[in-house]
Amino acid sequence: MHLSESVVNGFFFLAPWLVFAPVTGLLINLIFGRQWSEKMVGTVASLASGAAFVVSALLAYSVSINHGEAVRWRLAEWIHIGTLNLDWTFRIDSLSTTMMLVVSGVGTLIHIYAIGYMHEDVRFKNDEGRFNRFFIFLNLFIAAMMILVSGDSFIMLFVGWEGVGLCSFLLIGFWFEMDTLARPSWANSNAAKKAFIVNRIGDFGFLIAGFLMFWYLGSFQFDEVFKAAPDVAESAPWVIVAITLFMLVGVAGKSAQIPLYVWLPDAMAGPTPVSALIHAATMVTAGVYLVTRSAPLYTLVPQAQYIVAVVGAGTALFAATIAVGQYDIKKVLAYSTISQLGFMVAAVGMGAYVAGMFHLITHAFFKALLFLSAGSAILGMERGHHHLAHGHHEGKPARGKKSSKETHDDSHHGEVRRVEPIETFDPGDMRNMGGLRKSMPVTFWLYIIGTLALAGIFPFAGFWSKDEILLDSSLHFQNIYWLLTIAAFLTAFYMGRQIWMVFFGEPRHAAAAHAQESPKVITVPLMILAGLSVLGGALNLPFEGFHNLGHWLGYTLGEVEGLPLDLKIAGISTALALLAILISWFIYGRNPLRAHQPDPLKKPLGFIFTGMENKWFVDEGYFAVFINPFNKISQFLADVIDWRFWHDFVHDTVILGTYNWLSEIALDRYADQKGIDAFANWLGDATQSVSATLRKVQNGFVRSYALAVMLGVVLILGYLILK
Amino acid sequence: MTSELIVFLVLSLVAISSALGMLFSRNAVYSALFLVLNFVTVAVFYLLLGAPFIAMAQITVYAGAIMVLFLFVIMLLGAESLAPAQSLPWQRPLAILLAVILAVESIYLVFARARSDLVVTAPDIAVNSMDNLREMAMTLFNQFLLPFEVTSILLLVAMVGAIVLTKQVKGEQR
Amino acid sequence: MVPVDYYIVLSAILFTLGALGVLIRRNPLIIFMSIELMLNAGNLAFVAFGRSYEIAGQQPFFTGQIFVFFVIAVAAAEVAVGLALIVEIFKTKKNINIDEMNSLKG
Repeated sequence: MHLSESVVNGFFFLAPWLVFAPVTGLLINLIFGRQWSEKMVGTVASLASGAAFVVSALLAYSVSINHGEAVRWRLAEWIHIGTLNLDWTFRIDSLSTTMMLVVSGVGTLIHIYAIGYMHEDVRFKNDEGRFNRFFIFLNLFIAAMMILVSGDSFIMLFVGWEGVGLCSFLLIGFWFEMDTLARPSWANSNAAKKAFIVNRIGDFGFLIAGFLMFWYLGSFQFDEVFKAAPDVAESAPWVIVAITLFMLVGVAGKSAQIPLYVWLPDAMAGPTPVSALIHAATMVTAGVYLVTRSAPLYTLVPQAQYIVAVVGAGTALFAATIAVGQYDIKKVLAYSTISQLGFMVAAVGMGAYVAGMFHLITHAFFKALLFLSAGSAILGMERGHHHLAHGHHEGKPARGKKSSKETHDDSHHGEVRRVEPIETFDPGDMRNMGGLRKSMPVTFWLYIIGTLALAGIFPFAGFWSKDEILLDSSLHFQNIYWLLTIAAFLTAFYMGRQIWMVFFGEPRHAAAAHAQESPKVITVPLMILAGLSVLGGALNLPFEGFHNLGHWLGYTLGEVEGLPLDLKIAGISTALALLAILISWFIYGRNPLRAHQPDPLKKPLGFIFTGMENKWFVDEGYFAVFINPFNKISQFLADVIDWRFWHDFVHDTVILGTYNWLSEIALDRYADQKGIDAFANWLGDATQSVSATLRKVQNGFVRSYALAVMLGVVLILGYLILK
Repeated sequence: MTSELIVFLVLSLVAISSALGMLFSRNAVYSALFLVLNFVTVAVFYLLLGAPFIAMAQITVYAGAIMVLFLFVIMLLGAESLAPAQSLPWQRPLAILLAVILAVESIYLVFARARSDLVVTAPDIAVNSMDNLREMAMTLFNQFLLPFEVTSILLLVAMVGAIVLTKQVKGEQR
Repeated sequence: MVPVDYYIVLSAILFTLGALGVLIRRNPLIIFMSIELMLNAGNLAFVAFGRSYEIAGQQPFFTGQIFVFFVIAVAAAEVAVGLALIVEIFKTKKNINIDEMNSLKG
């Protein structure tokens, strides 16, 4: 008791290190990274992220012994203008520490994974100098994300929000001068720009929400906003509705909801650890966090809540249908992420904040696991391809850990360093894979665990969290429940399809036949994530006394009664998931796909599958509706208005003509030559003649200077007399 | 016309004429000697004004030390007289004109604008006592201690400066 | 009993003569002496005013005399440095005509 009292205020002072630890890491790598070995750089970055995790854990502990009371730790004054008082304050409560733990925990594991992944990636793409840069960006991301989740005001949150957006841009465009197949192209940088611009639309909504908030509620600080909100909701409910809906635009941008989700699939252009960390586990959940954080606002306006829930559920189903028709292993996971984010947004929209946060956490575990395993599979394919191109003449069985050593050795041979013209081989295309079960057993089993967790099979983590969302929706909105249930069914289906296509059957490409298992630095973090994916459900079991997460978040969000397990709901969802996996086995597992064979779903579903395959032509629709008209208008403005009218006519003819006439006739001939020139010449002549006279005074005789002084004295005295 | 005024006028005449003598002597040695006479006359004025210490200082420091130094330098350099002026022919008449105007102006200002009621009488015997000197010393070493010390530094600097200026640098050709 | 104004006028005349000396003489030593004469004129005014305040105030008043004391000290320092300069100039130019010292160098 005595001890706990002495540390009640003990660990909150560490809060700034949430941000400073990763910043320190990135600064160290920025300064020394070029000289250091890759291991050293990766270790420093991982330690920086790990330090943030330790701080998060200590803060969570401090909150728990403080009985969940929110602590605001003020670090520095930022903006004080009039009634606007903005400080850099850390808000440490159960909600923010939960997010910190997820971000830094998953983040650290991905840092470690990335040491192995990037080691090979930079070699496959022939630019080893970028290894260091990758970890600098990664640490910067952790710092920005920590600012986001620890901010005490909407503006501080927005600072982090923009910071992670920047990191997302930098990392999607990490291989900015090539496309995903390492061919010279601007595809990757276009993907980065797309992500940035689409997020900008969302941020516009967030900013409008912020301005409204300051205008009507008088503050940005969470507590003050929430305190002022009920009165405003009473007198002018539309204000709160507007704020929450504009905020939803921001959420849709960051968390990839309809209609702004289009950037996330393209964001898969970034290296796989980035896809896992930023575009699956952490950054994209910022929108869910924002809605949860603003729970007191959303609770005031049920209409807005309903819209949020509908957007979430719609996204969940819509993205799930697209995922069914994708061939790229990461694209499937990207649409799956959008779909799962839809689940979370739907949950927080329904007011089931605990369920949403629960799914956020478990999703972070198993989606990170899936992405990283997919990365491992892709690397395995690349190794196989590399082996085909160069490995045979080595004449030694390069497998497992040795393969990375081999690439090391290869890098010393001059001829291998060059970019070999990669024929259109896509290591991420599932149609090239098949049969990886045998060559990559560890990755296979990890992938199975992730799939079962995502599909919601008892007793994996996804089962508990998804079930809680379904249960909540069945109690509130029946239509949303059905949307989500169908989405869950599709989820299990496309994951089953993926498993059968990637790991079973026969290799459909020579590279798949020669695929090699990944080294331990990649598989060990995956095992930890797999463990979390299995056990993560224990955070919040739907049994009396086991609602740990609900109780913990209740400190911040208000205590809610934990729901007991509903066997009917759980049974339906589990049965549907198993059914979906069974169907996928019938279609893809029983008769494995052969090379160059079209998808077996194509024939029975017809144009529906074509839609799924082509993402329902949403991108094309955006092009037709927004971008092409925009380009046409820009073209018109640039060519007709700016160039022909403004430049050719107004500038060249009117302004330049008038100017020429004026300058030649009026100014040059009269004003300049007769006026200014004459005056300037006269001034110069006058100065010369006066100075010629005065120069004689400066004769160098001290005595005559003294005489001048004397004259001055006499004159001054004379003035005094005559005055 | 009191006797004091007569003494004043006579001494003034001596002072002014010795100053003129200094100005217009052709030989610099004569100039220096005229200046000594002027200084002595001023020292007598000091005595009349009840400042015996200053009067003695005037004679020892000015008329004694400084003027001897002057004479020494004049004779050392052989600068008793210079060649007749070549340059600045109008300098001399103009300077005299200005000096006359200045004198007239200042006399006019003193009498017409700054007339004072204050008078000066001859001191009694007490000013020559030790008490008076002691009291002056007390003022000097209490109220004016800092300037006094600064003066000592000034003298030191002047001494060092004079030595440095005239020092023959080793190896320098004369 | 002499009005203090007389002393001041005498002081002014001596000062003017000193200034005249600076202006008309070409021998730097005599110019120096003229400067000493001007200093003396000032000293005379100091002591005369001091004495007159002493009489008007019926008590000893030494400030004027102490000022003169300082002026004498400064004059001594000035003469020491000034004469050293003149000697040095003579050494380099073999001449001390002030009209020939009209260039900054050499």
